[in-house]
Amino acid sequence: MTDPIHSRPIIQVRNLHKWYSGVHALKGVTLDIEQSEALGLVGDNGAGKSTLINILSGTQSPDEGEITFEGRPVRFRGPRDAMDAGIETIYQYNSMVPTMSIARNMFIGREPLKHSVFGIGTMDFARMRADSVQAIADVDLHLRSPDALVGELSGGQRQGVAIARAMHFKSKVMILDEPTNHLAVKETQKVIGFVQSLKDLGITAVFISHNIHHVFECCDRIVAMARGEIVLDRRVADTSMEEILTVL
Amino acid sequence: MKRILKIYLEKPELAGIVFLIVLAIVFQSRSNGVFLNAQNLQGMLGLLPEMALVAVGVTLLMICGEFDLSVGSVFALTPMIMGVMLADGWPFMLAFPAGLVAAAAVGLVNGTLTVRFAIPSFITTLGMLFVARSLTIVISGGFPPVIPQGAMPREMFTAFIGPGGLIRMSFVWFVMIALFIGLILSRTNFGNWVRATGGFLPAAQSMGIPTTRVKIACFMICSVLAGFAGTLQVMRLGAPLPSIGEGLELQAVAAAVIGGTALTGGIGTILGGIVGAILIRVIDNGLVLSRVDANWFKMALGALTVFAVIVNAWLRAKAKGMKVETHQ
Repeated sequence: MTDPIHSRPIIQVRNLHKWYSGVHALKGVTLDIEQSEALGLVGDNGAGKSTLINILSGTQSPDEGEITFEGRPVRFRGPRDAMDAGIETIYQYNSMVPTMSIARNMFIGREPLKHSVFGIGTMDFARMRADSVQAIADVDLHLRSPDALVGELSGGQRQGVAIARAMHFKSKVMILDEPTNHLAVKETQKVIGFVQSLKDLGITAVFISHNIHHVFECCDRIVAMARGEIVLDRRVADTSMEEILTVL
Repeated sequence: MKRILKIYLEKPELAGIVFLIVLAIVFQSRSNGVFLNAQNLQGMLGLLPEMALVAVGVTLLMICGEFDLSVGSVFALTPMIMGVMLADGWPFMLAFPAGLVAAAAVGLVNGTLTVRFAIPSFITTLGMLFVARSLTIVISGGFPPVIPQGAMPREMFTAFIGPGGLIRMSFVWFVMIALFIGLILSRTNFGNWVRATGGFLPAAQSMGIPTTRVKIACFMICSVLAGFAGTLQVMRLGAPLPSIGEGLELQAVAAAVIGGTALTGGIGTILGGIVGAILIRVIDNGLVLSRVDANWFKMALGALTVFAVIVNAWLRAKAKGMKVETHQ
């Protein structure tokens, strides 16, 4: 990996500001995220993590500051822009619709079409089912059938499907927003395993969690935020849980 | 076997069809064979499309997670606009689309207000129920306009066709439209977005689906179908009465719910809404033929609605609990 694209950070955030009706939620955040690293983002409620993530995933836009992705300045107008660029976000309450099948969920908003007029057309179900099965097998998840409803899956399995989906669409950066919340211990381990495996695939992971233990288990580097600013940025090997707790 | 049972349990419209068959047998014997004779079927199939089209639209909108109480008023407003224009000497080719455009506009207003101001569609469309009904009466002046003889091409919409004139053209329109909407919902990416929007809005938004546009489109489809259904009724009756369609909105919701559509959105099928509508028509007709006091109809409708929701919830829970083994 010596080509120039990989030698520089995949995401560069420069002097990002965001106000919410008078509240200064992000106060000039500057952050480099390196290619295929696993970055842990920690902080208390209201520290600005979610705002930063929402901006990176395209659901909000910054009031000031710049973001470059793979060296090019970007400005996402919606989640779809970020997804098309290769940044996929997996949310706490996950981005799956429980009343729909796995195959349909895998392709929400990006359905393969057989015929279409102005972007609306008939879906290629055979491809959706086959690709879902393949994508899920690729993350070492064993599910009954692509036709099973997502609502019938456990929380950990749902996160697994969401990660499989992100991988299927060749995401370069995966943002995991509190993916281990509300999960049983065994399920949590599974999700942490997913995050660890991203590294081998060359995928950059941004892992947000309240739980510092989880962050230490699967990340290379930890960034702590408090009151809208970055208050700590260390390699996992160079810091300790105590140090992080004192800065938060 | 277990797999088939699970598939069955997950489809509440199938339970509705079974119930429909049972009812048909009961009414057939109670009415001494009148229920399924050609004349009665002709009557039922002539009336069915009007309510069933409204139910199709309401079902689609409910799957999208929204609600429309104004369909009964749009059912009257659309043909009234057409009727007033026809009475004024406008050609059908302009009057008919004008009514439908008005219906679409009502849907657009319903959807835009609901989405932009983030208010429950129950409230927006309750308001529209009164607004559209009032407009209907105002433009008619309180009396049905006199539509010139032959101004409406009734042969295209309500004429009897088929063997023995068993069905009306309206039934053909209904089947084609229902199939079309059903296919859109189940086969297209737009249908996928509708289901996702109604099933879990935050997920749909985070996946970049234009949920605002999807909802507004569903409001408009629902409204246009109600308007078209009202137009069919007026062509069948010959004159637009300002009072038609009153109470229809709740019957349409009942039809959707009986057919397995969840009020919370995301769950339901077009076929289910149709089965619900047929059940309502069959009960209405069957009670009369069985010489039961017609005032029991609303009692039966109410009981069936609540019963259906309880049964559907139970079936869903049962189906969810059944783990079908994998064969990998």
